[in-house]
Amino acid sequence: MTRLRFGFLPLVDAALPILARELGFAEDEGLDLVLVRDLSWATVNDRLLYGHSDAAHLLAPLAIATTLGLGRPATPISVPFVLGLNGNAITLSPELAAQVTTPGAPGDVRAIGLRFAAVVRAMPRKLCLGVVHRYSSHDYMLRYWLAASGLDPNSDVDIVTVSPPFAADALASGEVDGICVGEPWNSVAVDRGVGVIVAVTSQIWRRGVEKVLAMRTERMAADPAATDALLRALYRAGVAFIDPARLDAIAAILARPEYLDGSAALIRGAVSDRLLFAQQAAPVHVPDFMFQHREAANFPWVSQAAWLYSQMCVAGYVSANDADYARAQGVFRPDIYRRALRPLGIPLPGASSKLEGGIAGPTGVGTPQGRLILGADSFFDGRRFDPDDLAGYLRNK
Amino acid sequence: MLHRTIERRLLRIAIVDESPARAAVIAEGLRDAGLSDITIFADRHGIAARLEALSPDVILVDLANPRRDELEEVFALSRAVARPVAMFVDQSDVAGIEAAVDAGVSAYVVDGLRKDRIRPVLELAIRRFNAYARLRAELDEARGALADHRTIDRAKALLMKKRGCDEPAAYAALRKAAMDSGRRIADVADALVTADRLMGEL
Repeated sequence: MTRLRFGFLPLVDAALPILARELGFAEDEGLDLVLVRDLSWATVNDRLLYGHSDAAHLLAPLAIATTLGLGRPATPISVPFVLGLNGNAITLSPELAAQVTTPGAPGDVRAIGLRFAAVVRAMPRKLCLGVVHRYSSHDYMLRYWLAASGLDPNSDVDIVTVSPPFAADALASGEVDGICVGEPWNSVAVDRGVGVIVAVTSQIWRRGVEKVLAMRTERMAADPAATDALLRALYRAGVAFIDPARLDAIAAILARPEYLDGSAALIRGAVSDRLLFAQQAAPVHVPDFMFQHREAANFPWVSQAAWLYSQMCVAGYVSANDADYARAQGVFRPDIYRRALRPLGIPLPGASSKLEGGIAGPTGVGTPQGRLILGADSFFDGRRFDPDDLAGYLRNK
Repeated sequence: MLHRTIERRLLRIAIVDESPARAAVIAEGLRDAGLSDITIFADRHGIAARLEALSPDVILVDLANPRRDELEEVFALSRAVARPVAMFVDQSDVAGIEAAVDAGVSAYVVDGLRKDRIRPVLELAIRRFNAYARLRAELDEARGALADHRTIDRAKALLMKKRGCDEPAAYAALRKAAMDSGRRIADVADALVTADRLMGEL
């Protein structure tokens, strides 16, 4: 057995590594998967860099930022597997939410965005919104929604960092007026009556890349057999994740004190795409809320890394340059994904990049192993992202 | 300021930790090692201004501090608190320490580390930070110079096209405008390129 230490934060989207261990897939692949829980992304990332962990559940943009050396010396990180798409939500204080949506049910994010923009302009003070990290899809999805709603995310609101386990507290104390965070932390805020979900990120981008499997490139290259075994175990955990017969067992495992240490009922809701949008409302089924497995969701599309880099440019964290753009895209490693999963005989995308937001409805794509159907991946404002034309995309923002 | 020499007796240390118990343990260890200029920050609100006022030689943070994401954002936004950060860690081996020193500006202070090792580790943190800060400043300068160069080229091309002049004449016009207005040539070029972008379709 090869021992692999895997860092994670208590979030529902840490499910695949947890299930890979608990359901025996890791062991079956010859791995002793040891899970290391922390409470901040900085700690998870540092443990990966310091060799306390071999792999980690990480924010995709943080893997890119670490590779580019933003704010610290650069260390090359590789992402050979995506742990899931979306699964985050925007939760506002109940008073604010009542002004922009009908609390308790999902609405049209375009209309909600326009109403939120009007509220922001009418407020005597600047509203403060919490995201989990400056290098997170939460930050970019929130900014994307605000900007498409006519607001300047850099000047019309304050965007601050709040680590997921503290997001509901920050909302309760009034430290922030809203949060964009992963589950179960929106549901925790709703359950406590301190927040109302006004939008889920899958309404902003139907197939938005979320947490990833991150490894130091050097570490990954040093042990291809263990890397491939880990990917296969995670893939099999993904198959289990979407099996309705396992739902209760999965929620119970994730809720355990050593993992999420939370309510199995709330976690069950997120796993099954059934969310409470407001306290005392009935749960609502939001199709594709968390997308952990189907349609090759785990495939690290290079164009997803490209989109994240484009949003780092839009936010003003980096100024676009070709060398960094190439390095950012190089973080996602479809070649390793294909190498590891080929023995499973599943359809593997032949292309490594796609036009993001370009699929309007279920579309079949050919693969050497058979047909793969990809569902709509649209952005709510209808824009598309062509990874081959970053400059054009940034010009038309 | 970045190149301030480290005087042996005057190592000023800030400990940032919301857990008073953990901060006290760290402070006690430092005092035992003969380091007495220690300030504990238990509340992270408004910490940037207080750190700036203290101007510590090194900031000590626990690796597993649950509030590190919030703290790092404060440090990223405030250039005034650009200070060496050293980290207390809960587990380590020699390889881990080396990886840590390679991976970050932070040095690595291990729980239960021998007391005579604390000062050298903190000094290492400060040296690494200074070396990194110098490298960053040089890199930023080089990038800035490259960007300036590109903007000037674009402005020259605009002038050559609109005035029908040659390159030396275009450059001379830029230089004269810069001297007359007391600005850098790159700034004048940037204004010209921006104006052209805004007015280009008129």
